[in-house]
Amino acid sequence: MASLDRVKVLVLGDSGVGKSSLVHLLCQNQVLGNPSWTVGCSVDVRVQDYKEGTPEEKTYYIELWDVGGSVGCASSIKSTRAVFYNSVNGIMLVHDLTNKKSSQNLYRWSLEALNKDSSPTGVIVSNGSDYDREQFAENPVPLLLIGTKFDQIPENKRNEVLTRTAFLSEDFNAEEINLDCTNPRYLAAGTSNAVKLSRFFDKVIEKRYFTRDPSQMTGFTDRKRFNFKSLHYD
Amino acid sequence: MSFLVDSVIMFTSQVLFFGFGWLFFMRQLFKDYEIRQYVVQVVFSITFAFSCTMFELIIFEILGAMSSTSRYFHWKLNLYVILLVLIFVVPFYIGYFVVSNIRLLQRQKLLFACMVWFTFMYFFWKLGDPFPILSPKHGILSIEQLISRVGVIGVTLMALLSGFGAVNCPYTYMSYFLRNVTDSDILALERRLLQTMDMIVSKKKRIAMTRRQMYQRGEDQNKQTGFWGMIKSVTSTPPGSENLSLIQQEVDALEELSRQLFLETVDLQSTKERIEYSTTFKGKYFNFLGYFFSIYCVWKIFMATINIVFDRVGKTDPVTRGIEITVNWLGIQFDVKFWSQHISFILVGIIIVTSIRGLLITLTKFFYAISSSKSSNVIVLVLAQIMGMYFVSSVLLMRMSMPLEYRSIVTEVLGELQFNFYHRWFDVIFLVSALSSILFLYLAHKQAPEKQMSL
Repeated sequence: MASLDRVKVLVLGDSGVGKSSLVHLLCQNQVLGNPSWTVGCSVDVRVQDYKEGTPEEKTYYIELWDVGGSVGCASSIKSTRAVFYNSVNGIMLVHDLTNKKSSQNLYRWSLEALNKDSSPTGVIVSNGSDYDREQFAENPVPLLLIGTKFDQIPENKRNEVLTRTAFLSEDFNAEEINLDCTNPRYLAAGTSNAVKLSRFFDKVIEKRYFTRDPSQMTGFTDRKRFNFKSLHYD
Repeated sequence: MSFLVDSVIMFTSQVLFFGFGWLFFMRQLFKDYEIRQYVVQVVFSITFAFSCTMFELIIFEILGAMSSTSRYFHWKLNLYVILLVLIFVVPFYIGYFVVSNIRLLQRQKLLFACMVWFTFMYFFWKLGDPFPILSPKHGILSIEQLISRVGVIGVTLMALLSGFGAVNCPYTYMSYFLRNVTDSDILALERRLLQTMDMIVSKKKRIAMTRRQMYQRGEDQNKQTGFWGMIKSVTSTPPGSENLSLIQQEVDALEELSRQLFLETVDLQSTKERIEYSTTFKGKYFNFLGYFFSIYCVWKIFMATINIVFDRVGKTDPVTRGIEITVNWLGIQFDVKFWSQHISFILVGIIIVTSIRGLLITLTKFFYAISSSKSSNVIVLVLAQIMGMYFVSSVLLMRMSMPLEYRSIVTEVLGELQFNFYHRWFDVIFLVSALSSILFLYLAHKQAPEKQMSL
């Protein structure tokens, strides 16, 4: 049971966008009835069949680490959050489709998670032109962009919002999914969303277990302070 | 003619204050949210603008700018508008937005908002009963009724904030109270946190796998058709489910532990950062200020106690007092009228600026701490309400800091309120707030090192 291989995926995003509901939906296949603030980090596990339907099918555990908080919070909270960013194999960036600022903050979130070795307050990026698109093009960690509260956008604004998110997904070199976390039908088997999701998980598993390039082992430089022989994630 | 000029001046300054409030809202308060309801921003800026205008009128009073009739007119106008906003507009919108957030009551939003407003008015009116704030000459629908109640709420708020601030300020500034935190403490806590997360993860894996197996077995079981199959599925309980609820309980306990560990780690990190900051030049400066403020705080508590115990209400303001002392004791002769005007202008100006700035900073911090994308509108409106009441009462209390000749306009405009009562009430609440903050900080301070020792 516990001998299955595992991968670690971070779920990042502003406070209140729906990360806990999303994680609950992905792992329990149920809608979360009473969402409340996440203090610290909450983890849930999804059992995923890699390459389902083919002879190479194998089951993996996908750990979804839902890290709470906002980008603009105190540096003490940021440095404490950073312990969760160890040896991450994939990142899901979640934003609220009804709130533009939450998608703008995703640049800062991704840099905070990917640049752990920079100063504790992280690299502050105020708009898209300050960061390097090439950084994300050759980024070894697969990203997935998820927009929530899709049902709350009125019909006439949908195109505008979808164009905006298309730009975002280009910037991050990532696929995008737009859904409503309180309605399981967006991720029903056979929908394009479900296909994109399993493609993302497959990519994460592949990067972790099937491309044994030593320079890209974990995708991050390990934190020099930690010497985790006893808690090695391999 | 001069009345027109004065009105233009007032109007321009009001527009300026409105713009400042607008910018503050956009840049500081709502910088992480998208502003969708512009009504909220407008209401907030209006409250801010009219409150600042009141302060401006006090300054004009001291400086003698503008003719006194137009000053009086603008005072009255401003007061009516601000009372209108604080008692009708803001509470109504608070009720409206609270009702909008509740899904059940979407249909009759306006009706429910009006109901909420009537409840607010009822309690607001009842507030006046236990306090001896009115003399019998006032009718039931006079402006003094409203101001007196607003004054009570505002003065309570001011005293609470002052009391807590007076105690908290030296506590945060002085490095004497900083606990000793080393890097290894933090590392040890972080290691515990990650170990706990690992345990949670492994238990969740068991739960997920067991549920998956049950689901697959359930599929097989469902294949048993017919009458007998149905009976069998009812009586046999799957063996995994009792196990599952046990593991789920363990997971809940571990999650609670992980949250506590996270918060403790954040606490230690912030203490470490404060220790680092205290070694810098700025930190040392604040440390020194902290000692100064702690003396000031002790003196204020002492004075409040004396005022209450000896039933004393100060008759003269600090400016005239100071001038009397210098003239009588130090024998320095100078033009009393001239200097008293300028000194009171500076003193009152400092008080106004620091109280506005202090309040805005406190409100911003409070807003960041408790708001979320759903409740941000409601919270901003509540803050606007607090701000309005705070500013109205500070005008009321400021009367005490001004020399007699300037007090008259405030007395005239606000009507015959029992000003002494408000000062006494301020002293009482200040004392209560300061003492309970001392108690609270003492307990919090004591509890933390004990937690550390148990690591």
